[in-house]
Amino acid sequence: MENSSKRVLSILTVLILLAVTLTGCTGNEGGAAGKTVTINVFNWGDYIGESTIRDFEDKYPGIKVNYENFSTNEDMYVKIKTGGSAYDVAIPSDYMIKRMLDEGLLNKIDMNNIPNYKFIDQRFKNLSFDPGNEYSVPYMWGTVGILYNKTMVDDTIDSWEVLWDKKYSKQILMPDSERDSIGVTLKMLGYSMNTKNVAELEAARDKLIEQKPLVLAYVVDEVKDMMIGESAAMAVVWSGDAYYCMSENENLEYVIPKEGTNYWFDSMIIPSTSKHQKEAELFIDFMCDPEVAFANADYIGYATPHSEAMKLLDPELTSDRNAYPLMEDLVNCEIFEYPGDEVNKQYNRIWTEVKAD
Amino acid sequence: MKKPWLSYPYILWMTIFIIVPLVLVLYYSLTVKVDGTVVFSLDNFAKVMQPIYLKVLWRSVVLAVASTVICLVLGYPVAMILSGRDLSRKNTLVMLFVIPMWMNFLLRTYAWMTLLDRKGVINLLLGSIGLPQANILYTDWAVILGMVYNFLPFMVLPIFSVLSKIDRSLIEAAEDLGSNSFKVFIRIIFPLSLPGVVSGITMVFMPAVTTFIISKLLGGSQYTLIGNLIEDQFMRVYDWNFGSALSIIMMLMILASMALMSRYDKEEAGGGLI
Repeated sequence: MENSSKRVLSILTVLILLAVTLTGCTGNEGGAAGKTVTINVFNWGDYIGESTIRDFEDKYPGIKVNYENFSTNEDMYVKIKTGGSAYDVAIPSDYMIKRMLDEGLLNKIDMNNIPNYKFIDQRFKNLSFDPGNEYSVPYMWGTVGILYNKTMVDDTIDSWEVLWDKKYSKQILMPDSERDSIGVTLKMLGYSMNTKNVAELEAARDKLIEQKPLVLAYVVDEVKDMMIGESAAMAVVWSGDAYYCMSENENLEYVIPKEGTNYWFDSMIIPSTSKHQKEAELFIDFMCDPEVAFANADYIGYATPHSEAMKLLDPELTSDRNAYPLMEDLVNCEIFEYPGDEVNKQYNRIWTEVKAD
Repeated sequence: MKKPWLSYPYILWMTIFIIVPLVLVLYYSLTVKVDGTVVFSLDNFAKVMQPIYLKVLWRSVVLAVASTVICLVLGYPVAMILSGRDLSRKNTLVMLFVIPMWMNFLLRTYAWMTLLDRKGVINLLLGSIGLPQANILYTDWAVILGMVYNFLPFMVLPIFSVLSKIDRSLIEAAEDLGSNSFKVFIRIIFPLSLPGVVSGITMVFMPAVTTFIISKLLGGSQYTLIGNLIEDQFMRVYDWNFGSALSIIMMLMILASMALMSRYDKEEAGGGLI
């Protein structure tokens, strides 16, 4: 009895000592380096340079980055809207930025704190979703097109219609993302990607349901491995993913179909849930640093809106008009707009019905 | 002997993590937002009854029943082998059966994607011995395979534990009275193992009917199950009301199946030998 209580006592002492010394450690650390702030960054999967986050933390030792991924704009929106965790920087696309702005989910960014903003090309300023350049800083831009494997396809691919060709049954990958899949279908039918006409949307739904038996899978980030591994003949992809795949497998080719497509902008924003506005702005500015922006664009393969970074990139890539289209190449193309809550529900419904069928 | 205060933490836990969420789900399912105000409505449930969603419900039940039946057919013999008399081997076998469960469920499912892929390990092996390729990834077979693989231990373990507890003297008595081994199985072993079978069926059917990740990964998001539909309502569409109504329907389905199973269990096991 005596013995065991002694043992308990000694264990307790050790535990208490440990606790005291450990808390002492963290306390000292915090005191020496100033208070460490953690910012939550919310970005698409596979959408940042390999060492970008680490470089940022090295440059600003007082800031730690908690980095999280999403796979579609809609996923990101719901997570920010429900406010589960307080994100400080997120990188949504055009129409979603407009929606969040309309719903008061964005903080103004003080551009005086983003000196590197001057490097952003004029083409990417004053865009329709943020006309005053007050809420967003462009990150990447690109198009949606068809990535196909030359050895598995013997037609000339220049139209969305090939996605309905029975010859390629179970060889087609579609994006598991409502605006993109519905959008290319609308384009194929000759409608606007931003249609608010329910009859047109339902026509697109019927087309997508008709296509379903031909589709191998609906995927987002998995598309890259599958195309590189030649598990499918063609896929609807975002341009940067296409260029990444092409660099890994030379049988692959990317086209923008003649009916036109969506061209999009992903921009950095600060959600209204942010508790670290200053650090968030530091992060955004860091991402616009010419060296960082170059390393980033070079690694992920998307088109950069950053004029200095563009100069540093391989001229062969930046002169490729599929990767860096000029405005005159984008005649039939549209930027997604947010259609308003009511029509947005129709888009949700159409996609749910396609998937549920 | 009664120490009511001992149950307080449990009651608190239940209230916070079971009662409150249930009430919230019920509240969301019975309301809709009209112009910013919340009003009582049965619209969400009416929506569930639309043919397209009933189709999803039906598909979920069919796939779950199929994988439960396969689990039972595969699992019962395994449980019998495991509960066999050879003790030294038994522990190793049970261990081997349980070890895969230490790995994360998602990882195991991802592993199947690599195995089943068109250029995956299985097809490479088939190809190297001149057999035709099996393209089952992204079909409902792949979904069933994923369910059976992931949930089989939940069928085997309850049956195994019931089988190992069967009183050997009953079997010996039956044998003494002239029963052959088939008759012993039909009249003694199987009826006695029913409680295990019932709990195995419930434990496989429940996760199978509610899964969303297996159908997403192995079905390539083509085979929408009720779990996917619910996930979509919460994560993409932001329609918690409809999502909650779907959840309530699913809970009712599970409750109904459990009630059915427990009745069967009582009749057979209770009225039988125990």
